[in-house]
Amino acid sequence: MAKKILAVVLAVMLVLTSLAACGNKTNTDAENTLKIGVILVGDENEGYTYAHIKGIKDAAKSLGIADSNILWKYTVPEDQTCHDAAVDLVENGCELIFSNSYGHQDFMKAAAMEHPEVTFVAMTGDTAKASGLPNFCNAFTNVYESRYVSGVVAGMKIAELVADGKLTDANYEDGKVKVGYVGAHPYAEVVSGYTAFYLGIKSVYPDVMMKVSYTGSWFDIVKEGEAANAFLADGCVIIGQHADSTGAPAAVEAAAKNGTVAYSVGYNIDMLSVAPTVALTSATNNWSVYYTEAIKSFMDGNGVPTNWAKGYSEDAVAITDLGPACAEGTAEKVAEVEAALKDGSLNVFDTATFTVEGNVVTSAFATDTDGNFVPDADEAVFDGYYHESYFQSAPSFQLRIDGIVEE
Amino acid sequence: MNKNHEPLIRIAKRDAMVWWKAYLIRIVSVILALIVSAVVIFSITKLNPFAVYGSMYRGAFGTTGKTWNTIRDAMILLCISVGLAPAFKMRFWNIGAEGQILIGGLVTAACMMYFKSMPTVLLLIVMFVTSCIAGALWGLLPAIFKAKWNTNETLFTLMMNYVAIYLTSFFVDFWDKKQSHSVGIINLDTGKGWFPRLFGEQYILNVIIVVLLAAGMYFYLKISKHGYEIAVVGESENTARYAGINVKKVIIRTMLISGAICGIAGFVEVAGVSHTISTSTAGGRGFTAIIVAWLAKFNSLTMTLISFLLVFLDKGAAQIASDFNLNEYASEMVTGIILFFILGSEFFINYRLILRGKHKEVAAK
Repeated sequence: MAKKILAVVLAVMLVLTSLAACGNKTNTDAENTLKIGVILVGDENEGYTYAHIKGIKDAAKSLGIADSNILWKYTVPEDQTCHDAAVDLVENGCELIFSNSYGHQDFMKAAAMEHPEVTFVAMTGDTAKASGLPNFCNAFTNVYESRYVSGVVAGMKIAELVADGKLTDANYEDGKVKVGYVGAHPYAEVVSGYTAFYLGIKSVYPDVMMKVSYTGSWFDIVKEGEAANAFLADGCVIIGQHADSTGAPAAVEAAAKNGTVAYSVGYNIDMLSVAPTVALTSATNNWSVYYTEAIKSFMDGNGVPTNWAKGYSEDAVAITDLGPACAEGTAEKVAEVEAALKDGSLNVFDTATFTVEGNVVTSAFATDTDGNFVPDADEAVFDGYYHESYFQSAPSFQLRIDGIVEE
Repeated sequence: MNKNHEPLIRIAKRDAMVWWKAYLIRIVSVILALIVSAVVIFSITKLNPFAVYGSMYRGAFGTTGKTWNTIRDAMILLCISVGLAPAFKMRFWNIGAEGQILIGGLVTAACMMYFKSMPTVLLLIVMFVTSCIAGALWGLLPAIFKAKWNTNETLFTLMMNYVAIYLTSFFVDFWDKKQSHSVGIINLDTGKGWFPRLFGEQYILNVIIVVLLAAGMYFYLKISKHGYEIAVVGESENTARYAGINVKKVIIRTMLISGAICGIAGFVEVAGVSHTISTSTAGGRGFTAIIVAWLAKFNSLTMTLISFLLVFLDKGAAQIASDFNLNEYASEMVTGIILFFILGSEFFINYRLILRGKHKEVAAK
C-alpha cells in the first residue's frame, strides 16, 4: 500500500514538475531556444577537451541556455566523421556549432559551405578570414601571455636555484642554464608558445638557453615522458611543455625522487596531482570567456566574430595555482607581470628582448595568403613589438629566435 | 565415425527439412541478442532499453542525411567485401584489403592534387583507372609469390598493408606543408575531382559504382567459367589441377580482380566521400569486410544485407552515446552483444551448410 501511495505521489510530482517546466519555457525569451552543437576531439577525460566542455557549460549557465539545448559529439576524429557530425547537428536544429581541434577545421569549413544558414566556429583554426565565408569563424585565446607568465615563474625558480648554489656544471651550456621544452608539432602555435615561455624566463634570469623537441602528437604520455627524460639526462633544470598529457611532469617527479634537480611547468591542467614536489604551475585557458562572448553576440543578432583572440585583458588566460616548489616572491612577481599584461604596458614579443641570428627583428609577416603556410602579408612588427594574434586569432609567430635550439 | 558426431547429423537432418529454419534461427538470435542487451543496458545504465533501441534506429535512419550516410558507408563496406569475395572463395586469405584500399585512395588523392586542370569527367576516369591499377598491383604481388613459390599469402598481404600505410604517411607529410600530419580536404574550394551530385543527391554515383560491381561479381562467381574455376581451386587445388585448371593463372587473375576492386573502394572513399587521405582512410574496414564476405558466403545480395547491418550497428552505437551521454565504449557493448549473437548463429548455420555442401558436391561429381 505504501508503495502505491508513493507511486501516486511521485506521479503527481512528475506531472507538476513537467508543468512547471512548460511554464518556464513560455516565460523565457525566444533566444533561449537557441540550439548549440559542439564537436570535441576528446571527452571529459582529456584535459584540453575538458577545459572546453567546462567553458561551454559555464557560458550556457550564465546565458540561461538549457543543457538540453546543447548537443555534444565526443571523441570526433579529425576526418570525415567531423563533417558527418556537423551535418547531423545541423539536422538536429543547431544554429551555432563549435569544434575544438585544429584538424576539424577543413571539415567544418566544408559544412559551412553547404549550410550557409548555420554558423560554424573552428576553434584554434586559421582559415576563416581567407575563406571569405560569413558563417565560418575562428577563435583562440592569447595563451602565449599565460605561457610568458609561466616562464616568469620558472625564471624565478632558476634565479633561486642559482643563488642557493644548487646547480652543477651539467646544468650549464656555454655558461647558460639549460631549459627543456616538450613540444607537440612544429606549428606556429607551438613556436609562439615556447618563445613566449622562454622570453618569460629570460625577463627574470637572462642567462638561459632552451632546447625544444617534438613528439609528433598532441597527446602521448610515453613519448612526452621520454622527451622529458632525455632533457633531464642532458641537465635541463626546467621542463616546459606544449602537449596535453601528464607524461613530462610525471617523468620530472620520478627524476626528482632520485635526486635530480629539475622542475616542471605544465599546460592546460594543474600538474600538482602527478608532480606534487616539482610542478611549479601550468599555463591554461579560460574558454568560458570566449564562449560567453560568442554565444551572447550570436543571440543578440550580431553574429560571431570571425577572428577572436583575447588574453589577460579579459581573463581568457591564466596560470594554475602555484606549486609549493615555487621560489619565494613568485606570487608577487606574477601579480605584477599579469597586471602589466592586462594594461598593455608589457608586450610579450617586444623586439627589444630578442634577436634572430644576432639581429633585432624589424619586419615579420603574420598572414599566409597563398596557402603555402609561409606568412606573406600583414606586417606584424610595429610599435616595437610583434603583434601576435592581431590579424588572425590563431598564433602566427614563427620566428626562431636566438637562445632556443630545436632538436 | 558418424556416431561420434551425432549432434551434427541431427542438425543436418533438421536443415534438410526446410530452408526457412536457417532464417528462423537468425531471427531468434537477433531477438535473443536484443533481450540480453536489454538486460545489460538496464543493469549498467538504468536506461529504458526500448529508448536505446529507438535511438539506435534514429542513429542510422533518423534523418535523410543520416540515411544517406548509412547508405554511403554500407556501400564502401560492400565494395570491399565484393573485392574480397573471389579471393576468399578461392581460399586465398587476402587480409591485405586495407593496403589495397589505401593505395587506391592514395593514387586517387594524388590525381586530385596534380590533375586539377583536367575536365571533371576525364579526371574521374583517370582516378578510377589508376586506383584500379594500384589496387591490382597490391593484390598481384602476393599472388605471384603464392603461385610461383607458394609463399604464405596471409603474411604477405598483411605486410603489404604496412607498405601501403607507410607510403600513405610519407605522402601525407610530403603534401602537407604545415606538418600537421594531415592534408585536410583536397580541393575544398573548387570541388575538383569530387563525385558530382546526381539527381540532387551526393552519393548516387557511389551507389551506382558499387551496385554494378556487386551485381557483376554475383554473376562472375555464379555463372562464369572463371567463377567455377575459383570454386574448384578453393575446394581443392589438386582436384583443380586434375581437372586441367591452370591454378597459378587462376590465383593471379583472381587476385588482380580482388585488388582492383579494393582499389576502387579507395577511389570511392577518397573521391566520393571524404576527399582526403590519411592512414585511417581504410579504417579497419578491410578486415570488417572479411566478416561480411564470409558470413554471406560470397553472395552479393547477402553481403549487401550484412554490410547494412554492420553499418547500422556502428551508427546506432554512436547515436546511443550522444543521446544518453554515455561514452562510446558503453554503447559499443550493445552492438558487440548483437554482433556476437548474429555471428554465433551464422557460424552455427554455416557449419551445417558446409557439411551438407560437401555431401552435395560429392553427389554432383
